[in-house]
Amino acid sequence: MTETRPAVAVDDLHVTFGRKRGSVRIRAVDGVSFDVPSGEIFGVIGESGSGKSTLGRCIVGLIEPSSGTVRHGDIDPFAMPRHAFNEHRRKYQIIAQDPNAAFNPRMTMLQSVCEPLEIAGIGSRAERRERALEMLNRVALAPELANRYPHELSGGQKQRANVARALVLDPTVLVCDEVVAALDVSIQAGMLNLFWKLRQEFDLTYVFISHDLRVVGHISDRIAVMYFGKIVEVGPAREVLQRPLHPYTEALHSAEPEISVAPADARQRIVLEGEIPSAIAPPSGCRFHTRCPMAVDRCRSEEPAWRELIPGRHVACHFAEDMLRRSDGVQRSKEEVSAAE
Amino acid sequence: MQQVGVRPTSASRDALLDIQDLTLSLRDELGWVQVLSGVSLSVKPQEILGVVGESGCGKSMTALSILRLLSPRTSRLGGRILFGGKDLIAASEREMTAIRGRHISMIFQEPMSALDPVFTVGHQIAETVQRHFKLGTKEANERAVEALDSVGIAGPRHVASLYPMSLSGGMRQRVMIAMALVCEPRLLIADEPTTALDVTIQAQIMDLLLGLADKTGTAIMFITHNLGLVSQSCDRMITMYAGQVIEGGPVAETLRQPRHPYTAGLLHSIPDGLRERGTLHSIAGRVPSLRAMPEGCRFGPRCGHAVQVCEQPPALELVDLHEIRCHRWKELELKGAQA
Repeated sequence: MTETRPAVAVDDLHVTFGRKRGSVRIRAVDGVSFDVPSGEIFGVIGESGSGKSTLGRCIVGLIEPSSGTVRHGDIDPFAMPRHAFNEHRRKYQIIAQDPNAAFNPRMTMLQSVCEPLEIAGIGSRAERRERALEMLNRVALAPELANRYPHELSGGQKQRANVARALVLDPTVLVCDEVVAALDVSIQAGMLNLFWKLRQEFDLTYVFISHDLRVVGHISDRIAVMYFGKIVEVGPAREVLQRPLHPYTEALHSAEPEISVAPADARQRIVLEGEIPSAIAPPSGCRFHTRCPMAVDRCRSEEPAWRELIPGRHVACHFAEDMLRRSDGVQRSKEEVSAAE
Repeated sequence: MQQVGVRPTSASRDALLDIQDLTLSLRDELGWVQVLSGVSLSVKPQEILGVVGESGCGKSMTALSILRLLSPRTSRLGGRILFGGKDLIAASEREMTAIRGRHISMIFQEPMSALDPVFTVGHQIAETVQRHFKLGTKEANERAVEALDSVGIAGPRHVASLYPMSLSGGMRQRVMIAMALVCEPRLLIADEPTTALDVTIQAQIMDLLLGLADKTGTAIMFITHNLGLVSQSCDRMITMYAGQVIEGGPVAETLRQPRHPYTAGLLHSIPDGLRERGTLHSIAGRVPSLRAMPEGCRFGPRCGHAVQVCEQPPALELVDLHEIRCHRWKELELKGAQA
């Protein structure tokens, strides 16, 4: 590969909604920076209102940044002339959560998957058809479903067709925004396997957005944890989950109900108080301080610096060093226990 | 607590709710179709029963049948739903009105569609109280404020004066819980009460729900697709598939050693952080259409263990505390959740 630049580079990105002069301005994404190298699966986890969907839409150029930059390799998509951007954006596709809202009810699945090619003016009618059928085959949708209408398919089948439609223009980057959230768990598992397979086959880079820690943790190489418009932690997926350096990540992990066959759950759960604060009046200092079990005065006044605590692990919390020491301790005692056994 | 006309049945003498061979047919433009095919389950006083299954398996329909919330013009119920010994299927509409909200309450997945947008939440809770108790408006309002306070709402008096639209999803679900438990019912049916909520809010709501139920001695029929929540909160669980109960038993034992391939399949579909990517277990195919149910085992066409005998419908076998609807459960060694 000649490309050494990251497939997606986000630098100090801000997205603000609301009128410029108005008093009500909502900072959906508020100073976010990260790189996604080519071929990586970059997971973004966060709760509703954290700004993760806005971030995803900004990455593919559907929303313009208020400040900061999004770069696609060497390219700044927002600086391109309109027609050039329209051609460029084919390489950066997004798939959204609800497959029911994604299809025109009057078009067959095959027509829907052909449509991007028509708009792009690629190939003859027969070639487009062939390409679309191939894509439906690649996402393991039975060929007899190609001429069906959306209402005749199940949610899982529709989501497969949705993926086929995103892939038909041969993109390099796929932003997946809660793509398995609406599916039953047995169907979800098949979809996650499919995403993994497609990544190998099409040489794709994913930005995988979800509220589900299990899903993101399973599929991603690295994950970013978002809270209230900011990334609070980034690192390799398993490390972040096993050894969180931010109290929010720890709380998210702890809140996930685990399947445990022990009679009583020995794990200490952290139940956060309160809810995500109002977007109109963000808290001062660290935005998590209103719900953080560790918060002290400093957290209310001073915003924690974004820093690389250990190689590959970025975090923004005044207590990250303490978290690291504590988890080291836990790690060590675990090792001692297993050594003793 | 007083008992409503108890007439013990042979099956489960001590059950609060005892559903026997419940069938439900619904009518749509194509005619009648059977949605529940002989569902039997029981909930003991103060017990928390988890009802697990994927969309379309009939778990919500079972709940709606218990409360008789389906229109008699488009639905037909069969079998028996014994609540405190009384058959709810045979109960009059008037008797049902006296039971709903007083002895059996329900909370739904989407609180916004269960709350009336044009009345304050305080008014809606007070209305529930007044329906069942002879109380003046002032006293009922006071009970509503107390109920809001008991679900951990700060400034309950103020919140009582608000309309549902000005509350967050988590707050609305708290209001729903306050309303459901204000009359201290003996059974609460909770249908995916936290599915629409963020995971940190889900943890708050579950703690609240379990704490309150424990205090008031309310039994819960907890409908969910989330096996983690079942594992954390329920005493017993049943798995439903295509309108039937296919497995049931104490939670920890069932999860450690599922006996039905479908329960095991659900368990292994969940990403657990250990499995390599691309190797998640997924259940092939899809839930059969209500109008084209397999003649034999309903899970047969999707089951990796299906053999010839599975073309015959399996009966629900009772073994100790477990029930299993599978021809092959004795010979299959299914993997469960790890300790």
